[in-house]
Amino acid sequence: MVKAVMEASHAASEAVKLIKPDVVAAYPITPQTHIVERISEMVADGDLKTEYIRVESEFGAISALVGAAAAGSRTYSSTASQGLALMNEMLFVASGMRLPCVMNVANRALSAPISIWNDHQDSMSARDIGWLQFHCETAQECLDLTLLAYKVAEDHKVLTPALVCLDGFTLSHVFEPVDVPDQKTVDAFIPPFKPLHAYVDPAKPVTQGPIAFPSHYMELRNVQNEAMLNSFGVLTEAFKEFADKFGRTYDFLELYQMDDAEYAFLGIGSECGTLKVIVDKLRKKGEKIGLIKMIVYRPFPKEQLLEATKDLKGLAVLDKAISVGFEGVLFTEVRSAHYDSDHKPELRNFIVGLGGRDIQYEHVENIYEMLKGGKGKKIEWMY
Amino acid sequence: MIFGMPEEEYFAPGHRACAGCGAATAMRLITKAAGPNTVLVESTGCMEVVSTPYPQTAWRLPWIHGAFENSAAIASGVEAALKAQGRKKDINIVAFAGDGSTFDIGIGPISGMFERNHDVLYVCYDNEAYMNTGIQRSSATPFGASTSTHPAGKESKGKTEWKKDLTHIIAAHGSPYVATASVSHPKDLFKKVQKALEIKGATFVHILAPCPTGWRSDGAKTIEIAKLAVQSGVFPLFEIEDGKHVVQQPKKLTADIREYLKLQGRFKHLDEKDIAFIDKNVKNKYDRLVKLAEAGL
Repeated sequence: MVKAVMEASHAASEAVKLIKPDVVAAYPITPQTHIVERISEMVADGDLKTEYIRVESEFGAISALVGAAAAGSRTYSSTASQGLALMNEMLFVASGMRLPCVMNVANRALSAPISIWNDHQDSMSARDIGWLQFHCETAQECLDLTLLAYKVAEDHKVLTPALVCLDGFTLSHVFEPVDVPDQKTVDAFIPPFKPLHAYVDPAKPVTQGPIAFPSHYMELRNVQNEAMLNSFGVLTEAFKEFADKFGRTYDFLELYQMDDAEYAFLGIGSECGTLKVIVDKLRKKGEKIGLIKMIVYRPFPKEQLLEATKDLKGLAVLDKAISVGFEGVLFTEVRSAHYDSDHKPELRNFIVGLGGRDIQYEHVENIYEMLKGGKGKKIEWMY
Repeated sequence: MIFGMPEEEYFAPGHRACAGCGAATAMRLITKAAGPNTVLVESTGCMEVVSTPYPQTAWRLPWIHGAFENSAAIASGVEAALKAQGRKKDINIVAFAGDGSTFDIGIGPISGMFERNHDVLYVCYDNEAYMNTGIQRSSATPFGASTSTHPAGKESKGKTEWKKDLTHIIAAHGSPYVATASVSHPKDLFKKVQKALEIKGATFVHILAPCPTGWRSDGAKTIEIAKLAVQSGVFPLFEIEDGKHVVQQPKKLTADIREYLKLQGRFKHLDEKDIAFIDKNVKNKYDRLVKLAEAGL
C-alpha cells in the first residue's frame, strides 16, 4: 500500500488501473476530464493494458461499453452532466441486458442555463434506470468505492451496472492523501471477470437484446429488480471483505456522531465534509446533532436509514437535486421510507448547492436552527 | 455448395418477415458469406423485430442488439473486447442496420467507427424508409416516393429531396472498402461481403432491399424490382476500393427507369414530366460514377 497525495479524479483513475478493464470508452466533458486524461497517460506509458476507444460522443461511449460487455469483457467509462443525459437511452439498455459496466460520474448541473459546476441533478435523474449508485465524499472513497462497485456489479447474483459519483470540482479537483492498495490485494478482492450469459462464442451462439412482447416483458423487469435487491446481501459481504483486505470500513450509510443524536443532517457526497465540521462545532456547544452520509443511493438503503433515524427528533435532508414541481429528490425518498416506520422524526428539506453554489457553514448552521426550532418552510432553498 | 455459396443457414427459417422481404434475403446471404465464426450487431429495425421475439430467435450466430442508432458504436465495443480477449483474428464482426438507422439517426456513431477504422463490416440494408414503424420518410427515401410522413396528395408529389449519397460519405472517411450490392445479384453480394470481411478495417456494404409492404409492390417481384433498380441506374453496383471506383455493370444502362417505377405503388402518382426529371438526375449520377471509374479515381 502506497500513500500518496493525489487529485480525487486521479484516485478514480488509480482504481481503474488496479481493476484492469478490457475496454475503456470515454468522451471528455468537464469536470470528468482529469479522470480520463490520467487513464490515457497510463495507457500511453504501458501502465494500463486496455483497449481504449476515444469515442465520438458519450452516447458512443456507453454504446461501446454495451458492446464490449455483451462480448464478455470488463468495461469502464466516465462522464458528467450533459454526457450522462446523452447516455440516458443506453443506460437503460445496459441495465436491462444485465451488463455490469462501471462508470464514474463527476457530478455536474444540467443545462439550461449551462453550468459546469456541481450538483446532483445528473445522477439523480439516473436513479430509476437500474444502475447501482455510489457517492464519494473523499478521494480515498473515489478509489475504494470504484473497486467495490466492480465487486458487486460483476457478482452473478447482481450483474447490474454501477455509477460511482464524485462531486465535480468540489471533490474531483481536490487533492488529498490516498492509500493506493497493491495489485495483489486488489486481484484477490476482484478476480478476473467471468461473464454468465453475455459473451460471444460462435460455438454457443446467444441472442442478446431481443424484443419482448407483453407476455414476457414484466417477468424480465422483475428479474432485474430482484437482481438489484440481491445487491444488499452482496454489498454487505463485500464491505466485510473490503475491511479485512484493505483495513477501511464502509457501509450503506456512514453515521457520524449519531449515537446519542436528537437531530441529524442527511447528506450525499462532498458536502458531508462541511456538514461534519458543523456537527463538531455544534457538538462543542452541547447540541445533540449528527450526520447520516448516504454512500449507497441505489439500491436505496431504507432499512439502514430507518435504523439510523429511529431515535431522532428531526432530520434535515440536504438535496442537490430538485424534482421540478415537487421537492428535493432525496427528500421524497426519505419521506417515503419513513411512511412505514413507527417512528417519524420531523423531516425537513433543504435545497442546496445547485449549479455549484457554495454550501457555507452559515447555511448549515441556519439549517440546524430551523430544524431544531421548527422554523421556516417544509422545503427551504438555501442560497 | 449452391452457386458457390455454403448450404448452411445462419438466419433460420421461421422468422416473421413479410413475404417477399428483400432484407430477409439480404440477411440470409450476408450470414452465408460471413460464415460460422461471426458475431452480428444489429440496430433496432425490421430485421431485429422479426428475428428475435423472446424467447425465440432466428439467429444461429452470436447476435447483439442495443438500440436504434448505435450498432456501429456497439460493434466498436465488441471489436475492442475481442481484441482484448485475443480473439479478434478468429471472429468476423458484422454490424447491420436499416437506412433509417444508417442514413439518419445513427450517422454520428457510424462516422466515429469509420474514423477510428475498427475492424468491422457495416452493412446497411436499405429499403428506403422507416418500414418497421410504418413507411415514414428517411433521408434514404428517393425523390418522389410517397411515404406516410410525406405522402403524395393534391399538392404533394411525395418526397421533395434526393436520396442522401451515404456510400460516398462513408468512403470519404477513408474506408478501405465500400460497395453497393443488391439482393437481385446474390453472387455479387456474397462476394462483396466476403471481400469486405477479408479487408482489415471498417468496411461498408450498402444493399438495396426492396420492401413489398412499403414500396407497395408484389412480393413475388422483389428480385425483379431490385434488378431493375440496378439496370436503370437507380441503384448501380460499384465498389470503392482504396479510394478507387469500380463499376460492376455495363457503361450503358440496360433498363428504363419507367420499368422500375411502374412496379411500385409508392411512385404511381408521378407523371411523365416527374419521371423524366428523376431519370435525368439518376443518369447524371450514373455517368459521374462511370467517369470516376474510367479515370481510375
